[in-house]
Amino acid sequence: MSEPLAFVVVQFLAGLASASDLFLVASGLSIIFGVTRIVNFAHGSLYMLGAYLAWSAVRAFGTGPLGFWGGVAVAALAVMAFGILVEMTLLRRIYRAPELFQLLATFAVVLIVQDLVVLTWGPEDRLGPRAPGFDGSVTILGQRFPEYDLLLIALGLAVLVLLTLLFKRTRWGILVRAATDDREMVAALGVHQRWLFTSVFALGALLAGLGGALQVPRVPVHASMDLQVIVEAFVVVVVGGLGSVSGAYLAAVLIGVLNAFGIAIFPQISLVLAFLVMAFVLAVRPHGLLGRPQAGGRPAGAAAAPMLVPAGPRGRAAAALIVAVFAAMPLVVGDYSLAVLTEVLIFAIFAASLNLLLGPAGLISFGHAAYFGVGAYGAALMITRLGLPFAGAVAAGILAGVLAAAACAAVCLRLSGVYLAMLTLAFAQIVWSIAFQWYDVTGGDNGILGVWPPAWLSSASAFYGMTLAIAAIVFAGLRHLVFSPFGLALRGCRDHPVRAEAVGLSPQRLRFIAFTVAGGLAGLAGSLHAVFKGSVFPDTLAIPLSVEGLVMVLIGGINTLTGPVVGAAVYKLLHILLTSYADSWRLVMGCLIATVVVAFPEGIVGGVQRRLAGDVGSGRR
Amino acid sequence: MLDRRHFLIAAGAMAALAPLARRAHAAPPIRVGEINSYSGGVTAFTFPYRHGWQLALDEINAAGGVLGRPIEVISRDDGGKPADAITAANELVTGERVTLLMGTFLSNVGLAVSDFARQKGVLFLAAEPLSDALIWEKGNRYTFRLRPSTSMQANMLADAAAKLAPQRWASIAPNYEYGRSAVAAFKAAMAARRGDLAWVEEQWPPLFKLDGGPTVQALLNAGPQAIFNATFAQDLSVFVREGEARGLFKDREVISLLTGEPEYLEPLGAEAPRGWLVTGYPWYAIDTPEHNAFLAAYRARVGDHPRLGSVVGYAAMKSVAAILARAGGTETERLIAAARGVGVDTPFGPIVYRPEDHQSTMGAFVGRTDVKDGKGIMVDWVYADGARFLPPAEEVRKLRPAE
Repeated sequence: MSEPLAFVVVQFLAGLASASDLFLVASGLSIIFGVTRIVNFAHGSLYMLGAYLAWSAVRAFGTGPLGFWGGVAVAALAVMAFGILVEMTLLRRIYRAPELFQLLATFAVVLIVQDLVVLTWGPEDRLGPRAPGFDGSVTILGQRFPEYDLLLIALGLAVLVLLTLLFKRTRWGILVRAATDDREMVAALGVHQRWLFTSVFALGALLAGLGGALQVPRVPVHASMDLQVIVEAFVVVVVGGLGSVSGAYLAAVLIGVLNAFGIAIFPQISLVLAFLVMAFVLAVRPHGLLGRPQAGGRPAGAAAAPMLVPAGPRGRAAAALIVAVFAAMPLVVGDYSLAVLTEVLIFAIFAASLNLLLGPAGLISFGHAAYFGVGAYGAALMITRLGLPFAGAVAAGILAGVLAAAACAAVCLRLSGVYLAMLTLAFAQIVWSIAFQWYDVTGGDNGILGVWPPAWLSSASAFYGMTLAIAAIVFAGLRHLVFSPFGLALRGCRDHPVRAEAVGLSPQRLRFIAFTVAGGLAGLAGSLHAVFKGSVFPDTLAIPLSVEGLVMVLIGGINTLTGPVVGAAVYKLLHILLTSYADSWRLVMGCLIATVVVAFPEGIVGGVQRRLAGDVGSGRR
Repeated sequence: MLDRRHFLIAAGAMAALAPLARRAHAAPPIRVGEINSYSGGVTAFTFPYRHGWQLALDEINAAGGVLGRPIEVISRDDGGKPADAITAANELVTGERVTLLMGTFLSNVGLAVSDFARQKGVLFLAAEPLSDALIWEKGNRYTFRLRPSTSMQANMLADAAAKLAPQRWASIAPNYEYGRSAVAAFKAAMAARRGDLAWVEEQWPPLFKLDGGPTVQALLNAGPQAIFNATFAQDLSVFVREGEARGLFKDREVISLLTGEPEYLEPLGAEAPRGWLVTGYPWYAIDTPEHNAFLAAYRARVGDHPRLGSVVGYAAMKSVAAILARAGGTETERLIAAARGVGVDTPFGPIVYRPEDHQSTMGAFVGRTDVKDGKGIMVDWVYADGARFLPPAEEVRKLRPAE
């Protein structure tokens, strides 16, 4: 047993060391977001590349001080070069696309880098050498503490000071701060935006690469580092306040130190602690610790939202034809293809429910899997615990989705933009950790098994037919909703909240209703998924599914009603096909998504519509 | 009467059809569906596993296959996700019409496929998942398992650990099914052997997200005399490095599940811990005819030495062939009847799939870790036969749900 004081001091320092590295990654992410408004999902990939490159460089240069620090520097610079390449070839083309669309491009980079890393460095973990000169430990109050951790603490502070000086004292830094506050104004003043954006992205990539390279002496380099760090980095950015470097430092220290003490008192807490902190901070300070309300910040869909116009008789005929083709499928294809189509339809419902928020309501949700998963668990528990029939279980799943969405909306709707998105993510993560940890009810990570459909639905064609009928009703209902007075009012609140309120609409109430409807539909998709797969796992609540939902909507096109359906079909079919027949399916999928991003900046359906509209000159835009 | 023209047509048709007829005589292959996590975080284990079953498959088909038919394997990636594994299983069973399923690594994926097998009535040979639930609480008549379970390996370690002096113990394990069941099994195994132990601290880092410094510090603060570890892969590397830097392992016994497997010991290089009591696979030191033959064949085919996953993949494919040969057909009921009690020759020697719980008697090697020539190795090891660490049939009946 050690002295209480010594324990507190050493635990604090350990937390600070973890925080320093997280700060390097998060500061870069924050700067990039602040200026370019890109939600850079690939920031974790840059971090991982930094770690792999440093591992290789140190091996090549030798493990002497010069070799080691030279290797770290080379790795960070190489990542910066890679970041510039990504910015100039991919991101630069789509700055004018709707705000969230760049997320899709960075997601493609994530997929590509994941496979490239495994192809280059192999599947094994790569443990690098300890840092020369900092490989021992010092004694602090009778406790041994690694020298390298002290070095990290110092480096974190040094980077904070350097960045602060850069932003306060240089012309470039002042331009960056100005662009963070109001980029239209900076452009109007004649600043060359392209190079400002590229240089900001380069600095962010450099910091991410440095953060990864500095981890080499602490952790083995492996191919899932990217996703591990990215979520935590986002949390730090949001808690600190978007675009604020000192806020990011404060947030990283807060989370790192709380985590260090949390581990000692209640070890399981580390699953969810960062998200609890985020939820608490945003509840008290809606713009993070040191963030400010953003001038000119606009909701997601508004940037280039074309008017949604109901399709005419021809459109209706086309829809009827498509339903007829789908209905005839059991006569044409085998059981396996029907199962694939069933899955596509379920995810189309999920994507359509998310699109109700992203499109007409203009609310970004990063945690939409929460309602899908809650619906799945609700239905599964009703079947396995209460022996409810199928229809009752699905009803329970919908209800569960509605309640979860209502609970989330009650907390989140005070916020807007990315803060709102991150709070929905926190909500989803907290629900996930409950499902993961509550073994008695949810079975933890073993999930709930034996949720198979009743006899009358057990054939592939019966389940497919039922799913198709439900999906058709959902899509027709959603269409009706969007063009109803409610839908028009919702869009009014998105485009001109002030005017909407002036004519007597209540944006908060309308958004709340949209949230619960979307939650209920996601719950419906989740309960169908549970019975279709015969099981439920915490995966159904987790971040990757939320991201996949966003990807489906964005691929299809955010400002259309058919977009999410097409997006779900394209993404899911590709995913199933590629995982079956391609070894490096992430690489292929990433390249395909990148192509879609460049070719169709409004999503597939949006792009097709525009081209059609252009051809007949109907001026539908 | 057959005129000349008709005769020529008939002869030509026969000549054209002859190769087809020959092909029909060469029996169609038996299709085996294989699912594992070939992407996601565990490829260090599953890639050698794939080499292992490919080697066994070549050997089986070179020897004429089984039942006079070659075996064809259709392999799918589940990405470490149970839902994707079920999609793949569904494709293999309803689309590719495979005779049986094999594979899986993570415990929750194995349990999901096992439940799918029960629902669809198809045999599933779980190769690698360690969860006890797979054959006991959630066991079913369609599922068989090759590797020794967490409780078998925990009991192997407890046999040696119970003879050690320490009374104050701490545990560290990843916070998911495998880690939880490993700690529970080890505590129970120790309690059965020693009445004087106190567990003073437990750490549950999220899988593959071990925050080294604070976790090691918390263990130090509790002042245990011995530590039971169930972390593996990158978590293990972090734990070893941070623990070493903070003096956690100085004068403490460490009992560590799986750490002697080359998959996890090799990445540590010269920093591999010394003196830990572990389960694992000392491929460099086993000298039996069956292992020597396997080692030579594996090296010749892959150009690298085997990992434990290689042995598991090899033995799993050999098990599939043995089940098919014993069944004399491909109907699921005959396969189940054949799999119960089937004997298989593996690189670790002969094993049997027990009829009572469908668990194979494959064992594991138990020994101490050391470092030689800059590499972690196992020394003073013995082979613990799995049969000795499984409960008797009447106890198993209480653990398994009724059929």
